[in-house]
Amino acid sequence: MSTAVVENQKQIALELRNITKTFGRVVANKNVDLTVYRGEILAILGENGCGKTTLMNMISGIYYPDEGQIFVDGEEVVIRSPKDAFAHRIGMVHQHFKLVDVFNATENIVLGVKDGQKTSMAEAQKKVEALIDRYGFQLDFKKNIHEMSVSEKQTVEIVKVLYRSADILILDEPTAVLTPQETEKLFTVLRRMRDDGKSIIIITHKLHEVLALTDRVTVLRRGEHIATVNTAETDENQLTEMMVGKKISLNIERLEPENPRDRLIVSHISCTDREGIKLLDDVSFTARSGEILGIAGIAGSGQRELLESIAGLQNLDCGEITYFDPKTEKAVELRSKTPLQIRDLGVRLSFVPEDRLGMGLVGDMDIIDNMMLRSYRRGHSMFVDRKKPRDLAEEIIQSLEIATPSATTPVRRLSGGNVQKVLLGREIASSPTVLMAAYPVRGLDINSSYAIYHLLNAQKKSGAAVIFVGEDLDVLMALCDRIMVIASGRIAGIVDGKTADKREIGLLMTKSATADKIQKSANNGKETVSS
Amino acid sequence: MNQSVNRKGKEQTASVHEPLFHIVKRDSIPWYKAWAIRVIAVLAALIICAVLITLLSHKNPLQVYKAMFDGAFGTERRIWMLLQELAVLLCVSLAVTPAFKMQFWNIGAEGQVLMGGLATAACMFYLGGKVPYPVLLIVMVLASLLTGAVWGLIPALFKAKWNTNETLFTLMMNYIATQIVLFALCNWAKDGSGVLRPMKNFGLPAFGPSAYFPNILVVAILTVILYIYLRYSKQGYEINVVGQSQNTARYVGINVKKVIIRTMFISGLLCGLAGLLLVGGTNHTISTATAGGRGFTAIMVSWLGKFNPLYMTLTAFLVAFLKRGSFNIVTQFRLNDSISDIITGIILFFIIGCEFFLNYKIVFRHKAKEAK
Repeated sequence: MSTAVVENQKQIALELRNITKTFGRVVANKNVDLTVYRGEILAILGENGCGKTTLMNMISGIYYPDEGQIFVDGEEVVIRSPKDAFAHRIGMVHQHFKLVDVFNATENIVLGVKDGQKTSMAEAQKKVEALIDRYGFQLDFKKNIHEMSVSEKQTVEIVKVLYRSADILILDEPTAVLTPQETEKLFTVLRRMRDDGKSIIIITHKLHEVLALTDRVTVLRRGEHIATVNTAETDENQLTEMMVGKKISLNIERLEPENPRDRLIVSHISCTDREGIKLLDDVSFTARSGEILGIAGIAGSGQRELLESIAGLQNLDCGEITYFDPKTEKAVELRSKTPLQIRDLGVRLSFVPEDRLGMGLVGDMDIIDNMMLRSYRRGHSMFVDRKKPRDLAEEIIQSLEIATPSATTPVRRLSGGNVQKVLLGREIASSPTVLMAAYPVRGLDINSSYAIYHLLNAQKKSGAAVIFVGEDLDVLMALCDRIMVIASGRIAGIVDGKTADKREIGLLMTKSATADKIQKSANNGKETVSS
Repeated sequence: MNQSVNRKGKEQTASVHEPLFHIVKRDSIPWYKAWAIRVIAVLAALIICAVLITLLSHKNPLQVYKAMFDGAFGTERRIWMLLQELAVLLCVSLAVTPAFKMQFWNIGAEGQVLMGGLATAACMFYLGGKVPYPVLLIVMVLASLLTGAVWGLIPALFKAKWNTNETLFTLMMNYIATQIVLFALCNWAKDGSGVLRPMKNFGLPAFGPSAYFPNILVVAILTVILYIYLRYSKQGYEINVVGQSQNTARYVGINVKKVIIRTMFISGLLCGLAGLLLVGGTNHTISTATAGGRGFTAIMVSWLGKFNPLYMTLTAFLVAFLKRGSFNIVTQFRLNDSISDIITGIILFFIIGCEFFLNYKIVFRHKAKEAK
């Protein structure tokens, strides 16, 4: 159906020729050609660091290409700033939203529009309303940004771009933060925009979304354009092969848990932030040895607080966290202990936090010094011993195949996947009995992601209780023995990994506090449609 | 459509403004290139200074530069004075370095040095001649180190407890220190002049080839100690972790508050030492100008030396050289003070400015290749 649309009006909206961009010695894009037609959805597919975002940033005026030309409607243009991009009716929705929290949707949308005309807030409101109607967005434009869910904020960003009368929209990984249901809604809107003649470029690395939504796919690899194919004529395996450059199997192994024992029992823990908002609300669960417990949920639903509570980094209002020693089966209470006290109790708890360089590692330090973070206190000497950390660093570089010039390279210089291997390597080195990993494959390419899954599986096999916070539901369902869904700081449900259903998890993710929010916005949507 | 006409108009004006070059962050830079850039910067600074000197004072710039060199190295005495200046400045720079490495912006070194010096002067004033010299010496050393430490500790405690802004706090502590010194001087100088006569007999012991030698020796030893402390000690490692990321520090169980308090104690302590060396070692008296802006110059020395005590020796040397040299220009050519400030300013501007070219490079856009 969609290919038919493209063939009927093959009118070129945007064309890139020979675009090259380098950062220092790093070639982000090399002689890239790209064509976007009117009324189509084009996916830019590629692994992290392949130059997708850089390329889009050149179209939207964040960067300026070193070489090459950009054509809009057949005319060569120079785009030096986002303002220039808007003048050529190009708008980009970034991965990280750029909104003013205390303003409402309309105020954010009109903010910074300089068309030289006096527009009253009421007129602007009407224009926004018209846009919302036209494409069937669900948005309460009087709501302030800080009251909005992630998907609502994203809607504001998209309307903002449309308000500036963009015909070419670029969306940078728009589904990364959405639930399956929200993703479906977004796709409906995007399809409507396409049928209205807009050109939509979506950056992603989720293959099934590419197949479900787009008309054509452009694959980039290491900054170069590999191929552009019609979506209808391709499949996941072919796309992966083009992305990675070789055939890889997309299967994640799930071993049967061996002799699972209760290792960590969390019961009725709650905590609040400074403003008194509940971050965790009566959370109880059990993590077992030899098992991977997945945690699914919308970003910011309390995943971080949960893991930090266990690691001794979060003050709890109530509840207990009990650890069972694998040798003695003795119960140890972990609540209101500092990380140091937990370690001194002989609890081998490892934690791979979400923020790798801001929490798990120190970016400006080399691999050796980062290895020391956990162990530098050992011994009574006033001075640090770098001998053992050096050996450990060399060993991890070898065994995890970390690509680095040397063990004395600052970890900031390494690629995302290698940074994660350094962190995970260090945490695994202490042969943990509990291993917690928050979004361990975020931003990693396919090969590195699979390497990480294998490492987690290896830990599971050696009897650790693994807690894995993930965002990709397909991965969670393939890897985890049980999946716990967390919504607004509450446990919405725990499902079996083997029998779990994606829609079911999606519904659980939006359960409780957000439930009536969605209900409300759904009602709003109906009203606007009927009016 | 109307819109497309509009768009065309914009394009034409836009294509004229195609950027000529852009700035790219460097990955790394080979050492010889880095030094070449630095040498070029110094040469450029000297050339510009030469032009200015000729225009403003009608002196031969080469002679002015020679006078500068003479001012620093001309006689044995001048060399000792240069080393003394270097030692005191380096001492303050070493003092602020642990705090800066921890990203605690201690701009209160000036006050900490003054308070250390004041404690020294107080010991000399009240105890001098009344207790045996060794007792005086011990009390004096302890008093000045601790006073400096306390002056550094106060903002650290507030930072650790209530997360107050250390920059403002330490800055304001400078003014308090100045006023306390003024108060003491009013009480001590009975003639009402506010100037305390040097108390030469009660200072630090003098030995070695020059009166300045003890100071220089102390700072040389301190440089090595601090280098080892920052690089190889567990506390130095903790300072580094806290400075780079407090979250990481928390995550691995470092007590961040304790590290902040401990490090500022050390920082203040070493500032107190600088005060002791200034008052007890060379001046034998105190005034509100005793610290002489070194507390602020030290920040620059520390940054330029990348918080490495060994590099800092070089940057402190450069600053001391400029100070001594330009002082001589003023006396030898009977010029206004400003010309030495101008020369010092320009040279420092270029040296600091060349850091930009060490970190970034300028790339010119290749001619857009015509599409096939």
